[in-house]
Amino acid sequence: MKNIPISAMIGLAFTALYFLIALLAPVLAPYGMAEVVGDVWEPSSSQFWLGTDNIGRDLLSRMIYGGRTTIFIATAATILSFVTGSILGFLAAVLGGWADQVMSRTVDLIMSIPTLISALVVLAMVPVTIPVLIIVMGLLDSTRVYRLARAVAVDIAVMDYVEAAKLRGEGQSWIIFREILPNALSPLVAELGLRFIFAVLFVSTLSFLGLGVQPPLADWGGIVKENKDGIVYGIGAALYPAVAIATLAISVNLVADWVLNRTTSLKGGRG
Amino acid sequence: MHPILKLVSQRLALGLLLLLGASALIFGLTEALPGDAAQAVLGQSATPEALANLREEMGLNRPALTRYFEWLGGIVQGDLGQSLTNKLDIAESVGGRLNNTLFLAFWAALVSVPLAIFLGLLAVRYRNRWPDKLISAVTLTTISIPEFLIGYVLVYFVAVKLGMFSPLAMINDSMSLGQKLNSIALPVMVLTMVVLAHMMRMTRAAILNVMQSAYVETAELKGLTNFKIIYRHALPNAVAPIVNVVMLNLAYLVVGVVVVEVVFVYPGMGQYLVDHVTKRDVPVVLACGVIFAAIYIGLNMVADIVAILANPRLRHPK
Amino acid sequence: MSDTLLKVRDLKIGATVYPPGEKPHDIEIVHGVSFDLERGKVLGLIGESGAGKSTIGLASMAYGRGGVQITGGEVWVNGRDILTTSYGDIRKLRGGEVTYVSQSAAASFNPAKKIMDQVVEAAVEQKKFSRKEAEARARELFAKLGLPDPDNIGERYPHQVSGGQLQRCMTALALCPEPDLVVFDEPTTALDVTTQIDVLMAIKEAIADTGVAALYITHDLAVVAQVSDDIMVLRMGNTVEYGTTDQIINNPQEEYTKALVSVRSIEHEEKQPTPEPVLSVDGITARYKGLNFDVLHNVNVELHPGQTLAVVGESGSGKSTLARVITGLLPPRDGEITFAGRKLSPDLKGRTREDLRELQMIYQMADVAMNPRQTVGTIIGRPLEFYFNMRGAEKRKRIVELLDEIELGEKFIDRYPAELSGGQKQRVCIARSLAAKPKMIICDEVTSALDPLVADGILKLLLDLQKIEDVAYLFITHDLATVRAISDSIAVMYQGRVVRYGPKSQVLSPPFDDYTDLLLSSVPEMHLGWLEEVVAHRKMESAGN
Repeated sequence: MKNIPISAMIGLAFTALYFLIALLAPVLAPYGMAEVVGDVWEPSSSQFWLGTDNIGRDLLSRMIYGGRTTIFIATAATILSFVTGSILGFLAAVLGGWADQVMSRTVDLIMSIPTLISALVVLAMVPVTIPVLIIVMGLLDSTRVYRLARAVAVDIAVMDYVEAAKLRGEGQSWIIFREILPNALSPLVAELGLRFIFAVLFVSTLSFLGLGVQPPLADWGGIVKENKDGIVYGIGAALYPAVAIATLAISVNLVADWVLNRTTSLKGGRG
Repeated sequence: MHPILKLVSQRLALGLLLLLGASALIFGLTEALPGDAAQAVLGQSATPEALANLREEMGLNRPALTRYFEWLGGIVQGDLGQSLTNKLDIAESVGGRLNNTLFLAFWAALVSVPLAIFLGLLAVRYRNRWPDKLISAVTLTTISIPEFLIGYVLVYFVAVKLGMFSPLAMINDSMSLGQKLNSIALPVMVLTMVVLAHMMRMTRAAILNVMQSAYVETAELKGLTNFKIIYRHALPNAVAPIVNVVMLNLAYLVVGVVVVEVVFVYPGMGQYLVDHVTKRDVPVVLACGVIFAAIYIGLNMVADIVAILANPRLRHPK
Repeated sequence: MSDTLLKVRDLKIGATVYPPGEKPHDIEIVHGVSFDLERGKVLGLIGESGAGKSTIGLASMAYGRGGVQITGGEVWVNGRDILTTSYGDIRKLRGGEVTYVSQSAAASFNPAKKIMDQVVEAAVEQKKFSRKEAEARARELFAKLGLPDPDNIGERYPHQVSGGQLQRCMTALALCPEPDLVVFDEPTTALDVTTQIDVLMAIKEAIADTGVAALYITHDLAVVAQVSDDIMVLRMGNTVEYGTTDQIINNPQEEYTKALVSVRSIEHEEKQPTPEPVLSVDGITARYKGLNFDVLHNVNVELHPGQTLAVVGESGSGKSTLARVITGLLPPRDGEITFAGRKLSPDLKGRTREDLRELQMIYQMADVAMNPRQTVGTIIGRPLEFYFNMRGAEKRKRIVELLDEIELGEKFIDRYPAELSGGQKQRVCIARSLAAKPKMIICDEVTSALDPLVADGILKLLLDLQKIEDVAYLFITHDLATVRAISDSIAVMYQGRVVRYGPKSQVLSPPFDDYTDLLLSSVPEMHLGWLEEVVAHRKMESAGN
């Protein structure tokens, strides 16, 4: 652990902090999530640290609960996209032939439509619930993970050490789990961070458009939507999520960068 | 046939094929998912009889494939069908809005493309020194905030606090160009910030890649001035990757427009689409989806074709 | 002294390194090197990778590649210290007084511009010639360098000519401005041996004709001996020995130089064929998927137990394809392979575990032949586990034995490949294949990525192990010196065919077929005047025909 650079340390600390707050939301939040406790758009005070929102709920509590929802949905969608994308990607790389062709061309097709547009088309048809959001976001994003996983695995599969394992007579499972996977892990973990950030931005955007998390449940994008009308009166309540999203995204980015650098440095030495 | 012609026509054919596939995929999604236009019109509480009647009336009982080809045939002839909610012809409603969207995207591109290339060059020139680090820190921040929030941050600080530009981007045909530009200033700024980060980072990488090549070293060892090294040796090889970067980001821009239009209540395609998604107006969603997909696929195709055209190995075969 | 063109005094060069997990810091890579070069003379700079020879060459143009910086000393060109002169003056120096020929002409030519534009650019830019004069001079140089169609070749783009031709174009590019000094940085290293000799001769004649001085940088002492007047031997940024070519080759003083001169002097007595070959390749014809031509045509060779068959040829001769066919990675279209008395399945999938165990392979690039996430112990231990079901202490004991055999020892057992040097990596790969107790090992260019002295160590080790383990080697290489050093029999391959095959003494003795003659006579020999002898011999022969 002593070789972690400062930037990654900060990133790790903030990321951990956010996840902790998300987990402990009911303990930490001073008020209930949907509890009306004050006037509309009260300024920040010792009673309401961040002030109150458009119908007089405590904004700090909304932000904490909102973070919980946003992070939960983003995490679940990322896990789904990773599991689907990397399993299919590895499979395509190892199987090759028509299985690879079918999967890769399908992914090409899905990716030829912008993700937001595909999501909107789907959300126009089905009722918007949290499981639906997770599935739609996770599956759409799994196309990107698929491409990366396949590319990484194909690169590794042509390495001489994999050929050496084949010549030794090793089975398919040894080759995937002992030769390819350990070497594919680092780029995939770095990508995991980036996909998580994307999921946070995406779910916030959908909620802002009114097609994500539905009220009264709080989430960061929804808080913007609820409080946006205050902005023209100089009330900045809608901007707190910007700070929260940006710090979370930058922290995760710093960690991802570090993981990626560690991978490339493996070629040179084990530092 | 000249190999380049062959590759370009292959790429064009692939683009058309993708477009066809994308339209089928979008149509298929609306078919495969539970709920349909009739359900959307009548709502969740509709009786089964009413639903059946409406389906009959709307022709939804016919096979999906038949309806897909009818729909596709309509699009090819410029007929996008009719909106469920207000019974207006979609093509008519879309026409003006598409113009507005392209107007916004055009100005955003006009600002962001030169700026991104300039900043990319600047970052390369001062690589690993403070201008480079500053640019990369700022761009990292802007890609970490969703478009709509950048929009509100700008509205809050520029329009409300500084009193510059309008927080709402209303435009109509009676406005002069100057008035229009004033009106879209903030959305253009947001879009610029959103694509600038990606475009600048990719431009930086593309130029660095060329500047670190052995032939640029050769040019340096010929005693050429920096200007001539860049103009004669780096630029001819950097143009293709940069154009590629620009095209990919323009494709991204067109999608970013959707959200930004909602923030600024701008009368464009994006707002139209989001509105009708909320109203579950399937024909409108289908039409807008296909138009966005077509623009996206088209720009990606141009990016690929530029890369083919710029490759000297393909242009001058052995 | 008035004739001194380049005077280097106590040159020190530093570089910034970025070790992972540490702060970037500066290190010195050249520690005070001094030499003189007179007009019209050639100085050879020789050393292994990391010796600092290219860095010194580029310093004579006041240029540092990447993060490299000149930190001390003086470099005098034409009577002025270029390390203290203005940038404008350095620009005039580069491309005008001093020019550069790189190892990879393919990368050094701008792919988007015609060859002629690039060849004349420096001359025109430095106002040495008008564009028209420069073009005429370029065509003259093209002809002098033996390029085909010298009047029109300049109109082509770099990718439209072959590698050897482009390397000559690069020489023309360097000579076109009539410089005082040319820095040749490994100009023939990337070429096949039969191409190398032509380019080498072209360069040598061009140097003699134009009276230019040159710094000739290479790792190959035999090559530098052919072109230079003086030689400086470098090692890890220090001068080891500096003297005339004659003195360095014929009377080296330092141990390191002696080792370089005597490299590949391994004595190996040829063994007689046995009645029962361990491997016999009969009538193999093969092609790659998706290609419509054969890359191997009716190949027949045999390998006897405990002996070495060298398969030699240039790039594209099909020698590596032959290895893929034997290992079962590429099933042949025709022919069969008999191994240890049994017919091998053409496809890897059809082979028994015993087949796989007894036929092992060692790769050229040891770096990528080992999983970077496995320790040396895991890498060597896996075959023991896999083939012999060894576990725990028994396995460890055998791993340590193998580590001792490859002269590394037990302390390496927990290291990762990235922590090993190039030679050590290759040794681990050898141990991995020996762990299977094979009857035969295919060695695919196992020494060509290594520095000469390290390569020599590997070859000696392989020969020693052959005696102990009684294993046969199928040794694939392009390097005839290696072939001479270790083989019992030789197959010469050319364009997918075996053009000459037999015991070493027979293959290497006349009368030769044309290709073998060309190949054998192209290998640089470590004596002065070899290049002229070969070229004169070839001219005589072609005159005789």
